[in-house]
Amino acid sequence: MIEFDNVTKEYPDGTVAIDDVSFTVERGTTTVLVGPSGCGKTTTMKLVNRLEDPTSGCVRFDGTNVEELDKIDLRRDIGYVIQEIGLFDHMTVRDNIATVPELKGWETERIDDRVDELLELMDLPPATYRDQYPTELSGGQRQRIGVARALAADPEVMLMDEPFGALDPITREDLQNEFLEIQSELDVTILFVTHSIDEALKMGDKIAIYDVGKVVQYDTPAQILRSPDTKFVEDFIGADRALKQLQVRQVGDLMQGSKPDGASRRPDGRVDLQSTNGTGVEPLSAAASMQVALSRMIQHDVDVMPVGDAGSVEGWISRDAIQRETRVETEVRS
Amino acid sequence: MSGLVAQTGSLTPAMLAGFGRYLQFVEAYMGDLVKLTIEHIQITAYTIVIAVPLGVAVGTVITHYDRAAEPILWVASIMQTVPSVALFGMLIPFLGIGTPPVVLALVLYSQLPVIRNTYIGITEVDEAAVEASEGLGMTTQERLRRVQLPMALPVIMAGVRNAVVILIGIAAIGAFIGAGGLGDFLFQGIRKRNVEMIVVTTILLSALSLAFDYVFGVSEQLLRVRNGEEIEPAGLTRLLQKVVT
Repeated sequence: MIEFDNVTKEYPDGTVAIDDVSFTVERGTTTVLVGPSGCGKTTTMKLVNRLEDPTSGCVRFDGTNVEELDKIDLRRDIGYVIQEIGLFDHMTVRDNIATVPELKGWETERIDDRVDELLELMDLPPATYRDQYPTELSGGQRQRIGVARALAADPEVMLMDEPFGALDPITREDLQNEFLEIQSELDVTILFVTHSIDEALKMGDKIAIYDVGKVVQYDTPAQILRSPDTKFVEDFIGADRALKQLQVRQVGDLMQGSKPDGASRRPDGRVDLQSTNGTGVEPLSAAASMQVALSRMIQHDVDVMPVGDAGSVEGWISRDAIQRETRVETEVRS
Repeated sequence: MSGLVAQTGSLTPAMLAGFGRYLQFVEAYMGDLVKLTIEHIQITAYTIVIAVPLGVAVGTVITHYDRAAEPILWVASIMQTVPSVALFGMLIPFLGIGTPPVVLALVLYSQLPVIRNTYIGITEVDEAAVEASEGLGMTTQERLRRVQLPMALPVIMAGVRNAVVILIGIAAIGAFIGAGGLGDFLFQGIRKRNVEMIVVTTILLSALSLAFDYVFGVSEQLLRVRNGEEIEPAGLTRLLQKVVT
């Protein structure tokens, strides 16, 4: 969907913001660019909607070099969310969200329907919020409007520059979760910039780790945690990378079919295990993280947990399997 | 205490007599006063109609050509230092006497506050809003029309308000070259040593200035409120807000 092909960006004053960067963002996935401040991640993102143009190399959007496309049309087809949000305070929430559809000349009725649909999606009842002004809203609500505004014209691609960076930790986590949910309903390709490795691991299907102007590793979160390419990456993801793996792997990937001895399903959907003394445990969802699985094992003092829902048990996950799977490479290649 | 009452009591008839002379003047010249006030407002209105679009246009253009900003603001502030009578005099050979040279001079005088406030208003619009509008695909004109000018409007309005107060004062001097307006009575009063004429006209001029200042002040506040700023609104602003909502 988006290809960066040997892209270099040098500013007139000689600063090299990005140096020979190449990677591809697959359609429908979220790619997170992560790295310390000033490493060129935001510049990389701005090359996509041509807020910046590369000095050499090229960026392809759906196979076409973006420099051959009309800047204005390109930007209207790409959603754009920034940390400072940049809502238009003199316009109502409705008019803010309607920005791109209006620029594209949609009919009023279609715009109104779309605005209401997006407000519903963002969990902001349209009747209450449509006619409010941005300054009347909380930070979290404002960023929801920012995201809705970017989604308004159904873009194929979204660029998000530290969208949740200015929010308090609780609101940030709410928005991250909501956004993951929204994203699973939409077929949209996302390029996401952050300086937080935790956010990157949580949001990304793929992560590009930046050191000054260079992509030092481009891989899935699990692979980066299992085997960081360089000392820089290892330091950047932190000493607890074995534990962080628990957060990015899902129970469903590791589930096994063989039923442990003495396990039986009760009529209420809970499952009795040998060591649970008849109270039973609730099955884990296949989408739960291994961190949750391990936590529940510790809580119930068991070595194996059922996976499924109240209706049926689909498989089993064991402590051994988690331990085996989260083993990380201790030797960094370079 | 009683002495004070007696003293003020003894002054009252004289004061009333003085006050009465002013009332008599107003009564006798009511028609003229109304006519001159309307003329004065007309001259000011013509000027605003020309000066505001011109100043806003110039102020907007110089936000795009940063190097032009300084010299243009400099010329506009020089304009304000030229004595008005001199400027009227210079324009007479080209535009004759009467309203046209006065309106042109007033337009020139009012450019500084309008250009300056437009320039400041636009350059100080929230950078994030400007970046977002660019990233969402607005052209330069769309960004100006939809984001920068509306957000700068309260600041521009403050400049217009500033200009109007200057205008009402200077327009009075326009009577010197036959533009009419309240200045007429001021010059007549001085020539005829008619104190009532001078005082009443001066009061009217001040009241006119204050009235315009207040009206523009309220519209500035309404624009600030619409832009989401938190201010302590004046009485009329609050009333209008209530009427609207």
